[in-house]
Amino acid sequence: MTARDHRVSRPGSSRREFLMVGASTVAAPALARAATESPRAAPTDPRAPVAMTLDINGHDQRVALDARTTLLDALREHLGLTGVKKGCDHGQCGACTVLLGDRRVLSCLTLAASAQGRPVTTIEGLAKPDGELHPMQQAFIDQDAFQCGYCTPGQILSAVACINEGYAGNDGDIREYMSGNLCRCAAYPNIVSAIKQAKRTMATAATGSGQ
Amino acid sequence: MQPFAFERPATPAAAVRAVAAARGSSALASPAQYLAGGTTLLDLMKLDVMRPQTVVDINGLGEGALGRIEATPAGLRLGALVRMADAAEHPAVGRDCPMIAQSLKLAASQQIRNMASLGGNVLQRTRCTYFRDVSYAACNKRSPGSGCAAMDGFNRDHAVLGTSERCIATYPGDFAQALIALDARVEIMGAGGTRTIPFATLHRRPGDTPELETTLRPGDMIAGFQVTLAPWMRRSLYLKVRDRESYEFALASAAVALDIRAGQVADARIALGGVATVPWRAKEAEAALRGRPIDDPTLDAAAKAAFAPARTHADNAFKVSLGQRTLIRALREAAATQI
Repeated sequence: MTARDHRVSRPGSSRREFLMVGASTVAAPALARAATESPRAAPTDPRAPVAMTLDINGHDQRVALDARTTLLDALREHLGLTGVKKGCDHGQCGACTVLLGDRRVLSCLTLAASAQGRPVTTIEGLAKPDGELHPMQQAFIDQDAFQCGYCTPGQILSAVACINEGYAGNDGDIREYMSGNLCRCAAYPNIVSAIKQAKRTMATAATGSGQ
Repeated sequence: MQPFAFERPATPAAAVRAVAAARGSSALASPAQYLAGGTTLLDLMKLDVMRPQTVVDINGLGEGALGRIEATPAGLRLGALVRMADAAEHPAVGRDCPMIAQSLKLAASQQIRNMASLGGNVLQRTRCTYFRDVSYAACNKRSPGSGCAAMDGFNRDHAVLGTSERCIATYPGDFAQALIALDARVEIMGAGGTRTIPFATLHRRPGDTPELETTLRPGDMIAGFQVTLAPWMRRSLYLKVRDRESYEFALASAAVALDIRAGQVADARIALGGVATVPWRAKEAEAALRGRPIDDPTLDAAAKAAFAPARTHADNAFKVSLGQRTLIRALREAAATQI
């Protein structure tokens, strides 16, 4: 799902839309200015926007951002992908977890500029285009693996990586390798159950499609 | 966060030139800083503790030796841009020296291990609250000469070994304990070329200059670590004791390796974490083990020797007994390991 899709599908989020319109109005001339400068000119003024291309959920996004912008803020504030959450903003809670390539990372401690050249997957990119949920998303619903839901996008992306890394063999491994995602509602037992369910469905799906 | 110029050099040499050109008074005070995983640097920049004017992103330089692990019968070479998770999961690392793999696996979370580089990890800065929070005026490490709020503050997490009158901040890392125990060497690329130094000389005790932390010169970039291994180092482990079972810094930890022949300790390597201002090699404890069997009196003597120089403060006296018991348990478990 792109930022534009997100706006269309969520007409009710007026405050967010207002903020996004404001942001894009500012960003457009900044992008135009950056595009006319040579790549080596940017460092002379540290406040000049850095033009960059980010590969987000399979789509290239061209943006010009202050070099200080984290991947988290780029996703939320500039690309409208608010599924990724800002919890502590210091690498202690895991709410901002996204996939960079096939690896789970903390988007709050990753500069957007450093993420260039590697595909980023957010929670918005996990479901199929027709809306069918990823097995991990479905498992979190089936197993009641959240209460307030704030940590859930990070939990789900981390859980997908946890299975792909091969660390979902038993409850102890799941708890250890999911320890970077805190849940203030303490839905941990159900999160473990969801990961076990999704591990089975992901394996079935992979076998079924001949992979 | 203060504004900074962002650079992505194409080669390691260009990266060194970019940082060396900033002519900092010390590696840490330099206005240009290397960015690898970012898990320490960006955190401290958000807190306004570090304020570089230029950030040199070296994440694109991992194609060559900087990003490789080389395993030979003699030992390991670990490139500085290898991520903690990759080193932790490397089959030769886990097989030939479990202490290294465990020190990495027991650190941080999988997200952070995926991000953090080995070179950056050993340079991870202290978690001392008074260092990290700029609203405390007194921090000799952050503002030289300003005093130390931890001395009379809440110092439960602080160090008991290697402290000075100026600073008692704990070195927070785990991997460094394995490196110092194994007599690792550090490859450094600098403005004057490449050199190799003992890992034990990389970190400085705080002394009168807690702001310096390492012997790195401005522009220096860690390129890799060399570890010479002996077959007996398969009998090694890293034991970490902390307030919660996962994703937490050590209150006390021990990296130990034992060479046991005919029931007696022929050689031993011991390093301690969570209790010292720098990666801490406990050679006195090693000496107390040599030539003796692993029994209660020997273990007790080694633990006492390790903490003989300890200096405690109001809230951290428990670290002496916790550290001793952590070391004894680690040595017992290592001795019981079949290799």
